[in-house]
Amino acid sequence: MTQQKTTDTTPGTGPEMTQTIDRPDTTDPGARPDLRPGSGDAAGYFLEGVPIRDGKAPSGPISERWGARQFDARLVNPANRRKLSVIIVGTGLAGASAAATMGEQGYAVKAFFYQDSPRRAHSIAAQGGINAAKNYKGDGDSVHRLFYDTVKGGDYRSRESNVYRLAEVSVNIIDQCVAQGVPFAREYGGLLDNRSFGGVQVSRTFYARGQTGQQLLIGAYQALERQVGAGTVATYSRHEMLELVVVDGRARGIVARDLVTGAIETHLADAVVLASGGYGNVFYLSTNALGSNVTATWRAHRKGALFGNPCYTQIHPTCIPVSGDHQSKLTLMSESLRNDGRIWVPKNTEDREKDPREIPEEDRDYYLERIYPSFGNLVPRDIASRAAKYQCDEGKGVGPGGLGVYLDFADAIKRLGRPAVVTKYGNLFDMYSRITGEDPYATPMRIYPAVHYVMGGLWVDYDLQSSIPGLFVTGEANFSDHGANRLGASALMQGLADGYFVLPNTIRDYLADGPFEKITEANPAVVAAQQDVEQRIAKLMSVNGTRSVDSYHKELGHIMWEYCGMERSEEGLKKAVGMIRELREDFWRNVRILGSADSLNQALEKAGRVVDFLELGELMCIDALNRRESCGGHFRAESQTEDGEALRDDAGYSYVAAWEWGGEAGMPILHKEDLVYEFVEMKQRSYK
Amino acid sequence: MKITLKIWRQEKPSADGAMKTYALDDVSEDMSFLEMLDQLNEQLNNNGEEPVAFDSDCREGICGMCGLMINGQAHGPVQTTTCQLHMRSFKDGDTITVEPWRADAFPVLRDLCVDRGALDRMIQAGGYVSANTGSAPDAHATPVPKANADRAFEAATCIGCGACVAACPNASASLFVGAKITHLGELPQGQPERHTRVVGMVAQHDDEGFGGCTNIGECSAACPQEIPLDVISQLNKDLRNALRAGA
Ligand SMILES: Cc1cc2nc3c(=O)[nH]c(=O)nc-3n(C[C@H](O)[C@H](O)[C@H](O)COP(=O)(O)OP(=O)(O)OC[C@H]3O[C@@H](n4cnc5c(N)ncnc54)[C@H](O)[C@@H]3O)c2cc1C
Ligand code: FES
Repeated sequence: MTQQKTTDTTPGTGPEMTQTIDRPDTTDPGARPDLRPGSGDAAGYFLEGVPIRDGKAPSGPISERWGARQFDARLVNPANRRKLSVIIVGTGLAGASAAATMGEQGYAVKAFFYQDSPRRAHSIAAQGGINAAKNYKGDGDSVHRLFYDTVKGGDYRSRESNVYRLAEVSVNIIDQCVAQGVPFAREYGGLLDNRSFGGVQVSRTFYARGQTGQQLLIGAYQALERQVGAGTVATYSRHEMLELVVVDGRARGIVARDLVTGAIETHLADAVVLASGGYGNVFYLSTNALGSNVTATWRAHRKGALFGNPCYTQIHPTCIPVSGDHQSKLTLMSESLRNDGRIWVPKNTEDREKDPREIPEEDRDYYLERIYPSFGNLVPRDIASRAAKYQCDEGKGVGPGGLGVYLDFADAIKRLGRPAVVTKYGNLFDMYSRITGEDPYATPMRIYPAVHYVMGGLWVDYDLQSSIPGLFVTGEANFSDHGANRLGASALMQGLADGYFVLPNTIRDYLADGPFEKITEANPAVVAAQQDVEQRIAKLMSVNGTRSVDSYHKELGHIMWEYCGMERSEEGLKKAVGMIRELREDFWRNVRILGSADSLNQALEKAGRVVDFLELGELMCIDALNRRESCGGHFRAESQTEDGEALRDDAGYSYVAAWEWGGEAGMPILHKEDLVYEFVEMKQRSYK
Repeated sequence: MKITLKIWRQEKPSADGAMKTYALDDVSEDMSFLEMLDQLNEQLNNNGEEPVAFDSDCREGICGMCGLMINGQAHGPVQTTTCQLHMRSFKDGDTITVEPWRADAFPVLRDLCVDRGALDRMIQAGGYVSANTGSAPDAHATPVPKANADRAFEAATCIGCGACVAACPNASASLFVGAKITHLGELPQGQPERHTRVVGMVAQHDDEGFGGCTNIGECSAACPQEIPLDVISQLNKDLRNALRAGA
């Protein structure tokens, strides 16, 4: 039985639990007097622990909080920074920006990523844009409005202080990127152009055609490579983190596999930052890059880091529909298309098979414009996705399997002219036609919702520190800023806010106590972490069954999409937990991985990721089962208004669900962090 | 459709490789080229044969991770990335040869995977603007004429896949370097380091073992982002100016 304390005794580090708790073994009921059986829909699936509080939560006027925290966070003298080492896992926007900035400040940084170059991180695929409260359009935008829109968009399930900070630093991000040479779209006068995104009524989204993520990431990547040249950052390409090293309650390193040679390497440091992105690939099909995974954060979770709101998933309304069973990923068509495109389905089900151009105006239902007249096609993603699902459920869907709705540019082409549409959306239209073989300039595109982003992630405090001291989490990998639904163009904003401006200012408070005691590879905790990885790999290689890794991943994805996707119910979720458990058992009996572990072996890489998805999937279902309310992207069939809109239950669920790992044989443990709203009034969201 | 594949198999960097032939019976034209290879790998796995290693990640044409020589053409018969090439570009009964990028600067790691670290090292040698975090003036402090911003953007869309190198008979990376020189050279922010950037990147280019440019234009013709050939003229011009200025 482990008896390791997760509450750190050093002042100023770690989360504050209302009382000290000991880490699992929940299989032994006497071991943890702080736990009681969980109640509600998920009774029997979890234990409840003591509430948790963000120990770094600032107070005072909201606009002064971030300034105060930056002032209070201790400084590290420039001469000492060289002696302080930081491991950063991930070189997407959140990781590359942090690595570059910390390198510039003089820390010794090691950056890890599984692709062959830091520039290939999944952030590269972001299309539409990045928000910032610059108010360059003079249309009434402000830091406070961005803050308000984001809290409301997140359906009142995020922390006010964090969101305010995000809105505040958003303006610095644009300045920084322009200084790096990011070629944002400009107007003829030479100033920056903006567009609108869903869920807001101002124009605050900065963009670079349909390749904003690419341009922002290249900016951060170049800043990172500059530091590599300067010798402050070392990069480890084709390296996958497979374990976190925790020594005396602090994160002190990682175990990674060199994906080319298969070597298992241990890297030690004074602090570890996870910027490893989101876990949408638990659904198999998603708009994420194929290699996106939960392994880095899940391994940290198993070592004691709390996991926040795992069930909060964003389903994006405008993706290219599935064309067949061979499909390996889904492709997003940027939400910016909803600025000018109009979404509709035929009013009469018998028109479903007709050439859409031949369906007259009066037989089309522009359902978003009809149901939500004030936001129209620009309602937030969760609402647009569900609306599409309802249309298809009613038999009005178009294309293969009736799983699609039209996104029509005929009006826009008439109004703006084809060249203007080409300039704004050309690359998206090209992509659509390459994938589907259809010409979107001539006939409306077909779109359908797909898994796109996860709001859930490792629980962090205001300093972005997880519940393991010395382990920080940035970008999509943490749970922090988007509540139950993220607004478009806010993930890029958050990733860069975290990496350029927040983390470098908060991590110094932790590093000020360093360098920490030197540890060697002979340290028992280090040896154990390394052995865990070696044994897991040996076990995977030795099963030698009959089914491919992909076939398990696909099956898991089907279960998750069916029961933990756009609509969730008590019955379905319970069923899903059972199915996932069976699938997991079968995996360990019957998976087949050929080749060897000491060379480039892509099946083995995938297997390691699927192992962790199989555990995460169960926790997502339990979290969704427990939350018997609808909020943002989490829609429980049992909790809706008369006209089918999400119905929150603020009295029951206005909390962050922070889950503690309960052991392989045990049950997960729920710690609740209450959400308090002082500056924004909680309302039922309305976009009508 | 039925497809015959001839694929380069090589166990590790130091091993000898060889072409091997495989038959696929049930390929749909809606599949992407890589989904077709996924299907091959599923088939190989079922037959107890090791799957073919190939790189990809985003599978939507933007990360630059994928890249295969398909019938001797970088990324195949359509000017796009390998992941965006679809099987509707082939017909029933076709035989397709699939090889890794071939260039001294891109050693083969296994099967179809190569090491493109040389591209990152060229960026380290000057492909950036030195602007530490926190030091930036307001984004509107310096307006940029739209024409310059647009040309900078066009050059900046390079995905670093390496197709230009693979397509070039001299295995030159001039299109890659020219794209970066043009991207940053069109912007006011890129001016202070304009000379040192071009000199540094070109020196690294030559050190890595990339060949010289003889203006054949195969690079631009294979580039999935359609980076125009004039970025190479820009590169040469900037290099001349820098050398003249003594950088
Ligand atoms: C198609 C698409 C379009 C989008 N468009 C927009 C948009 O227009 N606006 C917006 O705001 N947001 C958008 N998003 C969301 C946004 O792109 C992502 O949320 C964001 O880029 C995530 O950045 P990140 O730095 O947190 O992680 P990522 O960019 O996912 O980077 C993860 C990094 O971690 C590394 N990594 C992961 N696991 C491991 C491991 N185990 N070991 C070692 N390294 C590891 C990877 O190599 C990579 O470097 C879009 C997302 C998608 C999928
Ligand atoms: S896999 Fe990303 S460009 Fe092809």
